Parts: sequence; C-alpha cells; structure tokens
Amino acid sequence: MREAVLTVITDRAEETRNMGRVLGRLLQPGDVVLLSGELGSGKTVFAQGVAAGLEVEGPVTSPSFVLMNRYPGRLTLYHLDLYRLDHDGAADLGLEEFLGSEGVAVVEWPEVLPSHLLTDYVQVTLKWLGPDARELTFWPAGARAEKLIREFKKAWSLE
Amino acid sequence: MVRRGCQQNFVWFCRAGRPVKKRELEVGTRFTLKASREDLGEGLMAYILGIETSCDETSAAIVADGTRVLADVVASQIELHQRYGGVVPELASRQHLENLPVVVEAALQESGIRLGDVGAVAVTYGPGLIGALLVGVSFAKAVALARQVPLVAVHHTVAHAYGCWLEYGGLPLPAVCLIVSGGHTSLLYWQSHEHLRILGTTRDDAAGEAFDKVARLLGLPYPGGAALERLARQGDPAAIRFPRAWLEPASLDFSFSGIKTSVSNYLKAHPDASRADVAASFQAAVVDVLVGKTIMAARQEQVRSIVLAGGVAANSHLRQRLAAAAGESAFAFFAPRPEFCTDNAAMVASAGFYRLQRGQVAGLNLEASSCPVLEI
Repeated sequence: MREAVLTVITDRAEETRNMGRVLGRLLQPGDVVLLSGELGSGKTVFAQGVAAGLEVEGPVTSPSFVLMNRYPGRLTLYHLDLYRLDHDGAADLGLEEFLGSEGVAVVEWPEVLPSHLLTDYVQVTLKWLGPDARELTFWPAGARAEKLIREFKKAWSLE
Repeated sequence: MVRRGCQQNFVWFCRAGRPVKKRELEVGTRFTLKASREDLGEGLMAYILGIETSCDETSAAIVADGTRVLADVVASQIELHQRYGGVVPELASRQHLENLPVVVEAALQESGIRLGDVGAVAVTYGPGLIGALLVGVSFAKAVALARQVPLVAVHHTVAHAYGCWLEYGGLPLPAVCLIVSGGHTSLLYWQSHEHLRILGTTRDDAAGEAFDKVARLLGLPYPGGAALERLARQGDPAAIRFPRAWLEPASLDFSFSGIKTSVSNYLKAHPDASRADVAASFQAAVVDVLVGKTIMAARQEQVRSIVLAGGVAANSHLRQRLAAAAGESAFAFFAPRPEFCTDNAAMVASAGFYRLQRGQVAGLNLEASSCPVLEI
C-alpha cells in the first residue's frame, strides 16, 4: 500500500473545486491525475477545478457518455470518464495516446485501467462525509507525482 | 409538408469545392446536385446520403429534397456492448468501420438509387465519441472525393432538430428545440434553415446521464433511464423536494450534477426510503427544469413552436409535461416518433440538404470534433 501523503477535508463543493484549481496550476505536460470515488463524491467538481487551473475556458461537462473530452488551455486537458467501460474496453481505448502525452490527463473511474498504462500518476480519492463535506486523499505514484504533491502541499498552504 | 413553387438559388460546386455557377431552380423540379454530370436538372431529385456514427449507432440514409426519407438504416451496437458488459470504444470504432459500408449499401438498395445518383454526402462531425465520429467523417470524405460530390458537415444537435422536420416538415418556425439524451442537453433556437443558434447547454451532466446514474443509485441496471421512469410511475413526485438547478436568473444552461448528489445524500440519510418515491421526485425535479427553461427560451425568443428530440424524448412524463406547458402558452408542440428522436442518419441528410442550399460545403480537411460545446 502506498503512503497517502495528504488528506484534506472540504466543507463545500467550492473548496473541492479550488483544490483542483491549485493542482491544475502546477500540472506539466504528461501529468496524469486519477479521480476515484462513488457517484456524487465530487470527481467532476474536482476535474472542473483542474481545468480552471489549466486555464480552460467554458464549461467542463461530464464525459461519461463520450468517454473523453479534449479542451484547449494552458496545456491540452484530456478529461476521461471510464464509468461506462469494462476492463477490456479500457485496454482497447488507445489511452497511450492521452496518458503521458503533451497534454494532461484527468481520469474519472480509473479502476478499469490496465496497470501497465500507469507509471507515474497522482491518485485522488474523494470520500463522502456529509451532504457538503468530502475527504480528499492524495496518493502519489512515481517520482514526478511525489514532486507534484510536494509542490501542491506548499501551494495549498499558501491559499 | 414541403412548400413548393418558391424560387430558390442553388450553388453548384466544382471539384475543388468552389462555386462554379449559380442557377435558379424551382424547388420541386427534379434535379441533382451532382456537379460532374452535364444533364443537371434533368429528371433527378436532390438525393443526400447521410452518415451518422457519433456514438453507438452506425446509420446511413438517403433523403430526397430534405424531407422524403427513401431509406434510413441503423445498426445498433447496444447489444454488442451489453454482451461485453460495457462500451468497448476500440471495438465501437471497429464496428462502425465494419458496419458502415454494409449499412450504406443497404440504404442504397432500399432507396432504389445508385451511389452515382447521390448529389451530396452529409456527415455528423461532432460532438460525440471521437473514434466513432472519425469513421463516419473519413468514410464521407472518401465518398465525396470518389464521386466528386459536395461534403456537408452537420452538427449533431442541429441534426436532431431536423429529425423533427422529417416528420413535421414545414412546422412553424421559429422554434425552440429541447434536445435531451444520454450525452446531450441543449436548447436550440431554430429561426430558419439559415439561422440556428445554441441558447443553452448542460454545464456538467446531461439529463439522460443523470437518469442513468440515479437509476444506478436506486439499484437499477445501467443504463436505467427507462426502468427509472417505470419505477417513478408507482411513486409520489411530491414526496421529496430535490433541488432544481435554475442557475442564474436569465440562464438557459442546465446543471444536473447537483441533483445526482442530492439523491445520493438522501439515500444515505434515508436508507429505507421508498425507491419509487425517490425516482418520481427525482424525475419531477429534472422535468421541472427542462420544461421551465424550454418555456422560458420560447417566450424570450418569441417562437411559434417547441420541439422535443433526443433519446430522453421517449420519457412520457417529459413529453406530457412539455406538451401541456407548450399548450398553456399557445406554442405548437412537436415531438418526432422514437426512430427520429434517437440517433439516425436521415436527420443528418435532411440537415445537410438545407446546409447545402446555403452553400455551406465542407472541405476534405474536415475534422471530427468531440468538443461538447461545439459551435454550430
């Protein structure tokens, strides 16, 4: 089990979005962020924050139906949602193109992803605590992710 | 009904896609839009080949003069995906690739025309599943290039409005169209064939997606929109007051992510709640917003008609409520039959015909787009 280096409790959706925004500002080409949590736990809210941090303009809608939305911003954002997929589907998605590309990949429902596609990534787990409260846990995997989380902690403490 | 007898300008396109000559023709005269024949206007109709591969359906259609459906062939992958327990995107693209030539051939056979009689190819270029869209766009380009006919790019949302036109051609414009499906929730202002504009769209989840996800929260199999509607019939829509996301006072955008979270919160706090009541109350909240915003848009734009389309148009509660609200405000109400509500290529061909009339022809460098807020 990897060590969680950061756990934060947010009291409002806006705070969850803001955490995403802070992370989004720090992202670099090739970064991968996985968002885990049940329906209604705030994954899309967090992803919208990341998009804002990447200076994406316009609404960031749920990609559940189309599986992936691509947005131009400071870096290209690939927003994936594998909710409708099974393991075979994810293996065939051609995700190599988006993970570790020139852009940034944010993946909701990443559980079906084949592990060989994931080398260095930040996993964010969102947990329902109450109607508005959520617990966000950040798990880095790989050297780049660890550095990113260190920068994130610093940036977050300055907010 | 198609209005006939009025004068229309047609622009003909040469191989490079430039207008070469402009002719006035009477709508209703038999003619072709094929540029490579010398006998233009002699004994042929404007046959448009429509192609639609934006999601799970592979569809090809032949439509004459924008309203007469000669063939509309749809191959659905839903069964295939069910067999695999989910959508398999690479498989979806591969299936489109395998299905499309067969579906086009079937459409041609059914219509009784030859590929050489086709005057233009209209294709959905977005929004949708990118890999799936690419198959249709590439195929359409190849046909346009090989047959030397114009290529027309059709926005998926606009195509849905023309799904209604196929059944109710000549419906009083301007109209406001509410397009609701698993992937889309949009309000479209349809002033004329020249002017269409998106008034509002979802900022997060599509209405159909909210139905499917709440169905999952209620323990119904995915996708469970239809099952949720059945369950809701046994419940009290006023039992639970779920929030209505009206957004800013004048906004015609939608948001259905919050209500999904509200239902999830409610079920956690009331594990013994009547599932039928939750389903009915959730459905009432979603339909309230859909109907309220559509009527608001119709009043704001001073339209004559309201059109309901997209897969969720099959929801009878939404259909009844919107029809009643339209009637109260003296708007004519139109909702096409289910086969023209869900994704099909006939609506693409119809929309393509009217785009072509405006001279809107795409280059062979047309790109598929999965951008959800794609401009028309």
